[in-house]
Amino acid sequence: MSYLEYNVKTVPTGIRKVLYVNWPIVLLLTAIASIGFLMLYSVAGGRMETWSEPQMKRFAVGMAGMFAVAFVPIWVWRNLSALAYLVSLLLLVAVELFGAIGMGAQRWIELGPLRLQPSELMKIALVMLLAAYYDWLDVKKVSRPVWVAIPVALILLPTVLVLKQPDLGTAILLLAGGGIVMFAAGVSLWYFGTVIALVIALVFAVFESRGTEWQLIKDYQFKRIDTFLDPGSDPLNAGYNIMQAQIALGSGGWAGKGYMQGTQSRLNFLPEKHTDFIFTTLAEEFGFVGAFSLLMLYALVVIFALVSGLSNKDRFAALLTIGIGSTFFLFFAVNMSMVMGLIPVVGVPLPLVSYGGTAMMILLLAFGLVQSAHIHRPR
Amino acid sequence: MRRSPKDTLESARRISRRTLVIGGLQAATIATLALRMRFMQVEQADEFRLLAEENSIKIRLLPPARGLILDRNGGVLAGNGQNYRVVVTREDAGDVEDILRRLARLIPMTEDDISRTLKEVMRRSPTLPITVADQLRWEDISRVAVNAPALPGITTEVGLSRLYPQGGDFAHVLGYVGPVSDYDLSKIENPDPLLQIPKFQIGKVGVEGRLEEDLRGKAGTRRIEVTSTGRVMRELDRKEGTPGTTLQLTLDRYLQNYVQARLGDESAAAVVMDVRNGDILSIVSAPTFDPNLFVRGISSADYKALTENDHRPLADKTVQGAYPPGSTFKIVTALAAMEAGVIDAGETVYCPGYTELGNRRFHCWKRGGHGHVALAQSLEQSCDVYYYEVAQRVGIDRIAAMARRLGIGVRHDLPMSAISEGIAPDRAWKLGKYGKEWLIGDTLNAGIGQGYVLASPLQLAVMTARVASGTDVRPRLVRAEDGKPQAAPAPGPLGLSEAALRSVRKGMFDVMNSQRGTAYGSRIVEDSLRMAGKTGTSQVRNITKAERDRGVISNDDLPWERRDHALFVCFAPYDAPEIAVSVVVEHGGGGSAAAAPIARDILLQALYKDLPPLSAYPANQRDRIEAQQKELNLLEREGSQGARSRA
Repeated sequence: MSYLEYNVKTVPTGIRKVLYVNWPIVLLLTAIASIGFLMLYSVAGGRMETWSEPQMKRFAVGMAGMFAVAFVPIWVWRNLSALAYLVSLLLLVAVELFGAIGMGAQRWIELGPLRLQPSELMKIALVMLLAAYYDWLDVKKVSRPVWVAIPVALILLPTVLVLKQPDLGTAILLLAGGGIVMFAAGVSLWYFGTVIALVIALVFAVFESRGTEWQLIKDYQFKRIDTFLDPGSDPLNAGYNIMQAQIALGSGGWAGKGYMQGTQSRLNFLPEKHTDFIFTTLAEEFGFVGAFSLLMLYALVVIFALVSGLSNKDRFAALLTIGIGSTFFLFFAVNMSMVMGLIPVVGVPLPLVSYGGTAMMILLLAFGLVQSAHIHRPR
Repeated sequence: MRRSPKDTLESARRISRRTLVIGGLQAATIATLALRMRFMQVEQADEFRLLAEENSIKIRLLPPARGLILDRNGGVLAGNGQNYRVVVTREDAGDVEDILRRLARLIPMTEDDISRTLKEVMRRSPTLPITVADQLRWEDISRVAVNAPALPGITTEVGLSRLYPQGGDFAHVLGYVGPVSDYDLSKIENPDPLLQIPKFQIGKVGVEGRLEEDLRGKAGTRRIEVTSTGRVMRELDRKEGTPGTTLQLTLDRYLQNYVQARLGDESAAAVVMDVRNGDILSIVSAPTFDPNLFVRGISSADYKALTENDHRPLADKTVQGAYPPGSTFKIVTALAAMEAGVIDAGETVYCPGYTELGNRRFHCWKRGGHGHVALAQSLEQSCDVYYYEVAQRVGIDRIAAMARRLGIGVRHDLPMSAISEGIAPDRAWKLGKYGKEWLIGDTLNAGIGQGYVLASPLQLAVMTARVASGTDVRPRLVRAEDGKPQAAPAPGPLGLSEAALRSVRKGMFDVMNSQRGTAYGSRIVEDSLRMAGKTGTSQVRNITKAERDRGVISNDDLPWERRDHALFVCFAPYDAPEIAVSVVVEHGGGGSAAAAPIARDILLQALYKDLPPLSAYPANQRDRIEAQQKELNLLEREGSQGARSRA
């Protein structure tokens, strides 16, 4: 069903929209962000103004933005999908160019007081465009090669640009996020099976190529893989971050060392303690109880998003909600796996908790879309 | 565009199915994350907790205070003084080089010091304080403290450092401490972690070196929390170390001061021993040096001056020096002969001034000869021919055995460095050392303490003490450790016949108190303190026949290093011996002229435990002695900074 097919009159209007907001999600996001404020206060050594206060302000702005987005009818956003994608793509190219002219690997551009990371914007814009694409596409054509090639190109284009920055974390999120939308839209499993088989073959080839003439990746990249597989092999250099992160996490124990009592972060043994590795401080200070609770909060957000998506009869809204929920899932799953040593270190922040303005605001705007889809769903 | 309801329915179903799959995968991932969390935080928590502790908690050693060394009356011979240091922390200093140059205007620092410190600072962590200069004077430190605002990153610290308040007076016996070197570490199998502290002081020689482990004490620990860059955040706890053992020596501080002053700049050694229990009351090697120089790290100019001095101030002549004992060894030969029964005290030997052995002549020091001499006169006048005869009768092996019995040729294990064993030669020794048969001429030479015989001043003092007391008294240097008196077994009998000992002692008494005695000029006239002694003069060169025909050149006409060594051993009071003294003056000339007066002054000082009254000296010497006492007092005040503040 598409929005054209249901009675727009059943959709709430004006102030009544407030009642139809998906409030559990709002509460969960606020709770998670609050944990973030708490942790940022702790890692700053008990100071608000370093990270916690700016983070709060951005959260407030982001929340306002979320409601603003939420109250705009979802079909307006659908019509803007292509534009959002195009703007994001242009910005990515712009960053690529300025980065080349300017100072090395630049990921952001200045917009007045805001530092905008186009790659952050792209994560959402891609999901929007793909949802709109599959909303528009005849259901029967979904698995036809031509119609599969188009979304694949739409995904690969920004992915390649992001990889060139280089930003492996975001590239993976774009691939996975886009892939999930395609999967949800019903693209034949054969495609996915083929891609997975190819990836496995490629990984195998990379390892086989080591030390031979046709070596596929650089030596230092192999070294990174080694470090991931055995962080203890190089504890003072490349493996340092991951070792220290795991020590912090593990030493938290069941109930943690107590708020502001984490020796690892307090004493600067932790790398990037306010951004990508903030979860380790939480785990150190609040232990398994704290870390598991945060994981459950995240899981609840995803569950509410998926349920909202499943119950939405509008195809665009459903795919968008599922896509955004899954992107959110990818964020925290990749970050946590990374700090717990399950996957190699790629720069992915912990959503809503890690310090970083635009990432959080864009995420909140994305949830604004989820809310808009929820409020304006066909009844 | 309108779609068929069927398609729409089918599409919605498919989305639902796929979403459920996605949800399922996500749930599985979340479950994996939760399990991983549980594994790390619950099952492996202890392991990680340990790692975290190791990460953030460092144990720093607290150097213990080094044990004090006291004299027999509790006066401090080696203490611990405040050591003022200046340290720099790069993190706070900013431009380290600029700061160091500013600092160099306030405290003595060379260009070398600056570049060395700069290199060290750059090599280490920016948060680690690096020592710029230590052993600074209080004035320097105050200047730095006053100028602190202009010297960011510079701080002053105070620690303990060895201090020898008596200056050079105990330099040889105590030795000195110095910063531990790689060489020191290489010698120790399981080095105390304390030794790894940069610039930690350990005893290098002497008592400080030999009793290092007692004096060092046990390290305390300080557990501190540090950041990844090594900055100290806070101290978690502190366990003070155990200070080193306080050693009380048998030495008498004032006597030592006196002896050092009395020996002055001579290249000489003196040992004062209590014959009743073996306490070393004073053990002095001259000239001396200031051990405090070594604590601070001696400058190469100072060190060169010490090593190039022909009086060898760094050598401890009391135990390291081994000299031919000369006529003082006649005591050994006489006792060996009497114990063997080859001669008795009354039997005389005729001395024509020489003995002929084959075609070789062995001369007596008195060219005209002594005529008929019995044991007492042989000692009194130090007749060589008597001992040539007696030595031949008793044989070298029995002389050597007697020498060892009296403490020559055996190592007396005092806690001092490089203690010489001396040589009490016998047939086996010569065969082993040179692969040659012992010759009868060797026996003659050994009989008068020349030839192969070597003894240290300590051994001569022990010999004298044993003869005086008739016991096998052993020297000892440590009286108490941490206030607990060291067990000193009462000396047992020497096992020599009292008659023989009495005869030898009588001969030694005559040396001092008979008009013809070789040391009559150095007698004590105070009746209750009459002394007995024996002179010795040991040649450092052979006198050729040609020289002898021309007449032996007087020592005064020879260059210093070719003059004879002057030796003297003595004890007093004669009737109830308390103190034994040995004196060796290198290249001093004759024993009676150079060594005996010194020995008597020391003996009197030890007996009176203060400057002796002039009445103890022969009447005609009193003016000279008074002048000498005044001069010495003056010298001492300068030498030991008024340490002599006796009531």
